[in-house]
Amino acid sequence: MPRVPVDESQVARCREHAAAIASDVQKYIDAHTTVGVERVVLRALGVVGVDDQGVPMVNALVDRLHGADVLRFGASYAIGASIARHGGDVQEAAERLAFGPIEQVRELFGEVGVPSAEQIVEARKALEQPTLDALARIDGARDQRLALRAAHAQQAQPGTPLKYVIVATGNIYDDAVQAKAAAQAGADIVAVIRATAQSLLDYVPEGATTEGFGGTFATQDNFGIVRRALDEATVRNGRYCMQTNYSSGLCMAEIAWMAAVERLDMVLNDAMYGILFRDINMCRTFVDQYVSRRFIARSKIVINTGEDNYLTTADAVEKAHTVIASQFVNEAFGHRAGLVDEQLGLGHAYEIDPKIEDSFLMELGQAQLVRQVFPRHPIKWMPPTKHKTGDIFQAHVHDALYNLVGVTTGQSIELLGMFSEAIHNPLLMDRYLSLKATRYVFTTARHLGDEIELKPDGIIARRAVTVLAEAEALLADVRVKTIWNAIAEGAFADVKRTRTGGKGFTGIVERAPGYMNPVLEALEAST
Amino acid sequence: MHPTEAKLLRAYGDREGDGMVQMSFTLQMPVGARGREAAKRFAEAHGLKEPIISTMEECAEGFTYFVAYGHSQHTVDVTNLEVPEVEVPRLEMKEIDHRVKTRLARKIVVVGACTGSDAHTVGIDAILNMKGYAGEKGLEAYKSFEAYNLGAQVENDQLIERANAVGADAILVSQVITQRNCHKDNARALVDLLERRGERGKFILLLGGPRIDHKLGLELGFDAGFGPGTRPGDVASFLVHKLCGEEPLPSESIRAVAKAS
Repeated sequence: MPRVPVDESQVARCREHAAAIASDVQKYIDAHTTVGVERVVLRALGVVGVDDQGVPMVNALVDRLHGADVLRFGASYAIGASIARHGGDVQEAAERLAFGPIEQVRELFGEVGVPSAEQIVEARKALEQPTLDALARIDGARDQRLALRAAHAQQAQPGTPLKYVIVATGNIYDDAVQAKAAAQAGADIVAVIRATAQSLLDYVPEGATTEGFGGTFATQDNFGIVRRALDEATVRNGRYCMQTNYSSGLCMAEIAWMAAVERLDMVLNDAMYGILFRDINMCRTFVDQYVSRRFIARSKIVINTGEDNYLTTADAVEKAHTVIASQFVNEAFGHRAGLVDEQLGLGHAYEIDPKIEDSFLMELGQAQLVRQVFPRHPIKWMPPTKHKTGDIFQAHVHDALYNLVGVTTGQSIELLGMFSEAIHNPLLMDRYLSLKATRYVFTTARHLGDEIELKPDGIIARRAVTVLAEAEALLADVRVKTIWNAIAEGAFADVKRTRTGGKGFTGIVERAPGYMNPVLEALEAST
Repeated sequence: MHPTEAKLLRAYGDREGDGMVQMSFTLQMPVGARGREAAKRFAEAHGLKEPIISTMEECAEGFTYFVAYGHSQHTVDVTNLEVPEVEVPRLEMKEIDHRVKTRLARKIVVVGACTGSDAHTVGIDAILNMKGYAGEKGLEAYKSFEAYNLGAQVENDQLIERANAVGADAILVSQVITQRNCHKDNARALVDLLERRGERGKFILLLGGPRIDHKLGLELGFDAGFGPGTRPGDVASFLVHKLCGEEPLPSESIRAVAKAS
């Protein structure tokens, strides 16, 4: 691999800044819960179904507890205490608490609205087995997934970046057909793009869906449908095909759990993306991302972070350092949630204006820098989008250079560029042609990176040095300001958000003394 | 009115009138002689004479990808095209600020959003945010503009409420997602809602997005439509001309590109 000069002490300082930034936020996270966190825990404990209006049971119950101002003790407490008092299983307790007389909720909190020490002990005891079952389900799905993967070829072109393509028909059954076709054509990873409206829904839709704008709803059933299609493709092609979706938005934690039990291999999951790009409240996002990552850590799922998006709104030359700074921050948050480096698919992108002279060299420098700074991480490399205009022929060339950087610098996960970017969601043949062209570049330039050495003071090396120095300065600044204030000032992606602004703020609850969450506790104990 | 002589054009490949075009498409059938013949017939059905199937490859199980070349028999009469375009001279930022200051003596207030389910703020951000687009600053950067970017997935009633609350002169709507024409439905719904509230005409309505053009904007009841490549200065210039007088109203500034050569 061509090396760029990297000052390891500077990298260490970046990590130290990021650790301080994340630790500051972690204090807040550990003192709060959210409606999303409580819902995922209920799902993990086995609460299923919807009410007669189609509202998921977990929403009905959490909203009721939130309305009664008792969510601060944890939905788990209510379930456990209700089982201890009335018997039955988790689902029966959930239905009782969601739909029964409100007295059945209030009785769990005594005269003063606070559970007694005895009630807490009883509730914990009632949840012991359901908690073990919850973990067993996650572990079972993980083991099944890893076994299937181990039994087949891992990728179409070993030694080159994994090829990642998207399908986005809006209809899950069409998605399944296209996913299989993509796997056959050489894709290693298939993502089903999510309907654009979903990130701001504070519930996860139920069932298989056939209508969606800009993509297909992420639902547990939909995950299962695509998984079955890709299992078939895996067996047929003799090569494992990975599935990914979006653990992001207001339901990022619930979707992480669904991904875990439906055997997804990767999820898009970022500590700050929702704040910056979907205007989700930052307090909410920080708590939700942590809990989502606890499930992901247990499942050995690889996350893909979203820094690449910064360069779609901010300038890719001026703001390249914000990407690497954010990668350090995502890494620090990830570690605090139990993720190991091998699960951290940090994102970056080939988005420099192609009209700029030597932009290819700058891209090479930046890509190589990320590779060296995060050597064990499955780096996710994203294609040009911003400067694609609809000229499909030019775009195909643009993607070829992107692919050349990807294979030369040894990126781990490469989302393939589509020449029809900026026109429509990829057609069947668009994906085929993109895979074909990528295979060509990866084959012809397979060992290019091993052959070349970079001039230590050349354009590529200097670019890398500059970007890392700027990233360090930014991290030092964010550390002093705290990330709350830095985001408010637009430090990332040129987007400004306030601490109490954005969507989902009302869904945050300060944990009360005695807050109970045995599933989360078990996840925290395991990594 | 003098009837103009039709000017019929064919696609220009290598020489005038050869009509040469390329097509690529997928048919749900296997590779083979039958597939090639099917592709040829398909190309002919599109008016391509003597089509050549230059590529035939399996792109998925049971699907074949083709590239075809052929001489298109179709012509287009370019003498009677009606293409409304936003036609106001582009002004520099300085000139815009000067005109607004001297003629309006207050800031132009604009409220913008991606409406409906659309979560893609790239367009509205490019026009409104300080950063702007393609090296040109957005409306926030103008001294003469007060810009409110409400972001994504804003409901039409919220948008109107906000426009009223800040006393907006103009409402900017961005629509990026176009699946099943939802961009048209979303845009039309805003106009309908304003109509029902009796507030049609209260605001200048601008529509933007990659699949928007001025004609579509007008059809949907907006004062203008802005397509890909629109810069903040284009939008600012339009609003200055509209609000600072001495320039024709947009409805009058529409030209029909129909000049016979």
